[in-house]
Amino acid sequence: MVMRFNYDLVVIGGGPAGLAAALEAENSGIENILLLERDKYLGGILQQCIHNGFGLEYFKEELTGPEYAGRFIERLKGSKIKVKTGTMVIKISKNKEVLALNREEGLLTIRAKAIVLAMGCRERTREAILIPGDRPAGIFTAGTAQRYVNIEGYMPGREVVILGSGDIGLIMARRMTLEGADVKAVLEIMSYSSGLVRNKVQCLDDFDIPLKLRHTITSINGKKRVESVIVSQVDDRLRPIPGTEEEIKCDTVLLSVGLIPENELTREIGIDLDGVTGGPVVNEVRETQVEGVFTCGNVLQVHDLVDFVTEEGEIAGRAVSKYLKGEREWRDQPVRLEPGKNVRYIVPHRIDYRDKDRKRIKLFMRVKEPGKDVKIKLRDGTGKVLLAYKREIVTPGEMVTVFLPEALIDENMSRIKISIEKEGR
Amino acid sequence: MSRTTIICIGCPKGCRMKVESERGEIKKISGFSCPVGKEHARKEFENPTRILPTTVRVKGGELPLVPVKTAAPIPKKLLLPAMREIARIEVEAPVYTGQVIRKNFLETGVDLVATRDVKRETSDRARITA
Repeated sequence: MVMRFNYDLVVIGGGPAGLAAALEAENSGIENILLLERDKYLGGILQQCIHNGFGLEYFKEELTGPEYAGRFIERLKGSKIKVKTGTMVIKISKNKEVLALNREEGLLTIRAKAIVLAMGCRERTREAILIPGDRPAGIFTAGTAQRYVNIEGYMPGREVVILGSGDIGLIMARRMTLEGADVKAVLEIMSYSSGLVRNKVQCLDDFDIPLKLRHTITSINGKKRVESVIVSQVDDRLRPIPGTEEEIKCDTVLLSVGLIPENELTREIGIDLDGVTGGPVVNEVRETQVEGVFTCGNVLQVHDLVDFVTEEGEIAGRAVSKYLKGEREWRDQPVRLEPGKNVRYIVPHRIDYRDKDRKRIKLFMRVKEPGKDVKIKLRDGTGKVLLAYKREIVTPGEMVTVFLPEALIDENMSRIKISIEKEGR
Repeated sequence: MSRTTIICIGCPKGCRMKVESERGEIKKISGFSCPVGKEHARKEFENPTRILPTTVRVKGGELPLVPVKTAAPIPKKLLLPAMREIARIEVEAPVYTGQVIRKNFLETGVDLVATRDVKRETSDRARITA
């Protein structure tokens, strides 16, 4: 028997993005909300991120991941939002019917008037980057190791090499060290760390863990268990340089080599994905090309600060309310936001609505290359500079945000191109 | 005169600052580009401190561990001794966010507190599975 439900809003995913979207939608007057989470607990990845450093932007205080999640879970308890944990969504149709299942109720069909997709992302694996060598035990993504150590209470290994200097890799270097492991090195194929400076200093330098830039693993060796890795230097085109090989003995390899938004459900709805972000193409209120289907958080673009995830969830939550109440006014034509020089991507992709109440639109973007003393220039279709922002530093590891004032958005405008240029005279 | 390099964590710039000192006393700080950096260099030189986030074993809980942290930063040199001490602690579920696990931990004047709720285990099913 299939159980049937009807909701005004169904939020898929109970991490920071989904929590913020559900709470903000309720705050904006939506009553009949269902939040679905596949894990047994709410909070998503925050629950295993036991380190501090969360919430500096949003709460103006420094919290750990579980504390940050806890703030929203507490607010949820005081709300009318219905939550189903241990519930896996297996399909969403274009007419907003959600097919899900859990142990208690079996198969569920939920009709929604609006949907927020907040499924987050997952880690790239060894297979995604094709490391040659044996296939022994002892190779983990950094996030899996983090879950073992911080939630389940297992130590993945004793002598560790970490590939990738993204934040999870750096955080796990410290965590494994504190738990008694010997972290031999963190390897980064690029010439810069993709993690936050704070993490590089407090996770590696504090414990004298070497960060080897322009290095990668060219072979994993071991019969049953990892015994060593071969590490090579790479050239400007990221190809290993013959003759630079070095063997590092270890029993564990942790991979922190990127995150992929988890958009299988999105794709099945028929929503277009941005080839660069791996997330859906959205307008300024985080609405996909299917009206009434919104998205936020790491499923849309991989963030480095959870505070921005919350902010994005709230944008989606408020937008759901406006959509359901019919309080929206379309522009005659959308304004497309186009990445120019040294801009890898921009979210949102376009501006669809007129909104006299809003003063400005926050734009999130990432750069391709690090830059110093740059100008972020916003140009209209004719090439005229609408606005320029100065930045002392931009790096691929930290999202860049700028504001687009509503007053600058002309009714006839059809595109704005953003480029990041070296400051000239 | 001795020189210490300190990398600022105030922003993505990550200024490399130099502290010149004599017998532990700061003579000159250079290489910063804002007051945040200068202050950070001074603190890092005189008494580097860190918040220590880790886990503590839980008895009878829905989870085998509860995340904890020092409620305020403690001296950096105490991080590893603190970990050895924490390895010996086991708490009884339920545990609540903010609950003090150890008061005045290692005589630092800082408490070790829980950062998540862990309920008592009610059944096998409640226990988290990998």
